[in-house]
Amino acid sequence: MIEVKDISRSYGEKIILDEVSVSLPKGKVTSLIGSNGAGKSTLLSIISRLLKQNGGTVLLDSRDIDDYKTRILAQHLSILKQANPLDLKLTVRELVSFGRFPYSQGRLTPVDEEHVDRAIRYLNLQDIAGQYMDELSGGQKQRAFLAMVVAQDTDYILLDEPLNNLDMKHAVQIMKTLRKLCDEKGKTIVMVIHDINFASQYSDFIVALKDSRVAFFDTAERVIVPEVLQKVFDMEFKIVETEGKKICNYY
Amino acid sequence: MRIAGYLTLLILVACVSVFIGVKDISVWDIFNPDEEQALILTVSRIPRTLSLILAGIGLSISGLILQQITQNKFVSPTTAGTLDAAKLGLLIAFLWIPQAGLFNRALLAFVFTFAASLVFLNITDRIRHRNIIFVPLVGILFGNILSSVSSFFAYRNNIVQNVNAWLVGDFSSVLKGNYEVLFLSVPAIFITYLYANKFTVVGMGEAFSRNLGLNYRQVVNIGLFCVSVTVSVVVITVGAIPFLGLVVPNIISLMYGDNLRKTLPYTALFGALFLLVCDIAGRLILFPFEVPIGVVVGVVGGVLFLILLFRRR
Repeated sequence: MIEVKDISRSYGEKIILDEVSVSLPKGKVTSLIGSNGAGKSTLLSIISRLLKQNGGTVLLDSRDIDDYKTRILAQHLSILKQANPLDLKLTVRELVSFGRFPYSQGRLTPVDEEHVDRAIRYLNLQDIAGQYMDELSGGQKQRAFLAMVVAQDTDYILLDEPLNNLDMKHAVQIMKTLRKLCDEKGKTIVMVIHDINFASQYSDFIVALKDSRVAFFDTAERVIVPEVLQKVFDMEFKIVETEGKKICNYY
Repeated sequence: MRIAGYLTLLILVACVSVFIGVKDISVWDIFNPDEEQALILTVSRIPRTLSLILAGIGLSISGLILQQITQNKFVSPTTAGTLDAAKLGLLIAFLWIPQAGLFNRALLAFVFTFAASLVFLNITDRIRHRNIIFVPLVGILFGNILSSVSSFFAYRNNIVQNVNAWLVGDFSSVLKGNYEVLFLSVPAIFITYLYANKFTVVGMGEAFSRNLGLNYRQVVNIGLFCVSVTVSVVVITVGAIPFLGLVVPNIISLMYGDNLRKTLPYTALFGALFLLVCDIAGRLILFPFEVPIGVVVGVVGGVLFLILLFRRR
């Protein structure tokens, strides 16, 4: 479980997070939603120690993340930021291999190789494993990054807008993979996501941030209701139910 | 071509390099040299070839590491102010502690280079739009500022010509006894190889490195340390050689990718080879006179680099 306790963060005068507390359940998919500037990415960055908080603590399995050695933490928790600016000419397989870095520091053991192979198969990348990253489409790139995270084999996987710049087909592919990682491998997925319908279809829990605080935290079922969403986003929502699934109409 | 191929080629070219010069020494003389030939070989020819190889390896690797750290393919010792800082360090040593030996002068050049690298990195961190062309432009600007400080002091002390001469790389003055400090780059290059994987990760950015549990700052500092050692000993012994640190890593990256553990040996060998060939050309074009190596590398490297630029489009 990830326990966020009284986390505050500000940039200069501007308060981004104001004593935010929330407990993200283990083995579930949790989405962070909210308007631009609500502090979703900042919170995700603090949980993954990419950013330092001004106050408060983050506990990972009841232990302060600052007490973990960087390398050990990297075996428990991984983060995929939006728009990885990868200019480097690495093959997909080389990139995925770097997922084993926290374990082997780059010298792959046979066990590492096996993890890499499995991750490549998991994301269906066998055919393009030898291609350079800069030759791939956006969807393939994102899958390659996800494969790296799968190879990193952490209990917690954090993603910052994993669907950014993806078309519908590839977005669905990525979300299905994340769901599978949670259901089959028991991974805990926490992600920042903008498309409310993707959040509603694929998450177990939703954290809604508004005005630097947690406005709502509940199961997806109970957050995806017009009254809640209207408060979070300050706009009209209609929710349509088809085949037992809730679709938000806000256009 | 495989590593073994490059290595064989390097040895061949190195041999050619040893036998080129005003004094005629043939391959057979090596087994039975007269006194003069033996002297020329051990005092001038072999040190020259060795220093070419070391400088070629050192500058190419330094360029590569700077490119990884700044995540920018257009950064090199020439375009990051590194060479200018080393020059300034040398000048200060020359003015304030004129009795200092080669080692102490190298030390001061190193201190300046390291400090300037840290400052440069700090500047690039603060640039909001890390445009691929903008970063090296800032580096060149930064280098020019350092260079104008050098010019100021040089002008006041009437040594402008000396200082400018340092800028132009020249291997003809390499003699036994005045180039050995170059060997200090060997451990630096070795450390770079040990850290090759980590530099690849660093090249993917700070967030990426932190995710993989890498101590980003530490690796960056080690990289800058190695670069500073290498560049300062090269500048102090043979002077500045522009473009080498830019062109060689880029050519290798285009051919073999960016996985440093794999490509670092190629970068090193190709750098040495490139410099040796340029030096041989420089010695033959106006035989028995020499075209300074900086000019040859500048012209060949510049043309190659332009070709690279156009092919990237």
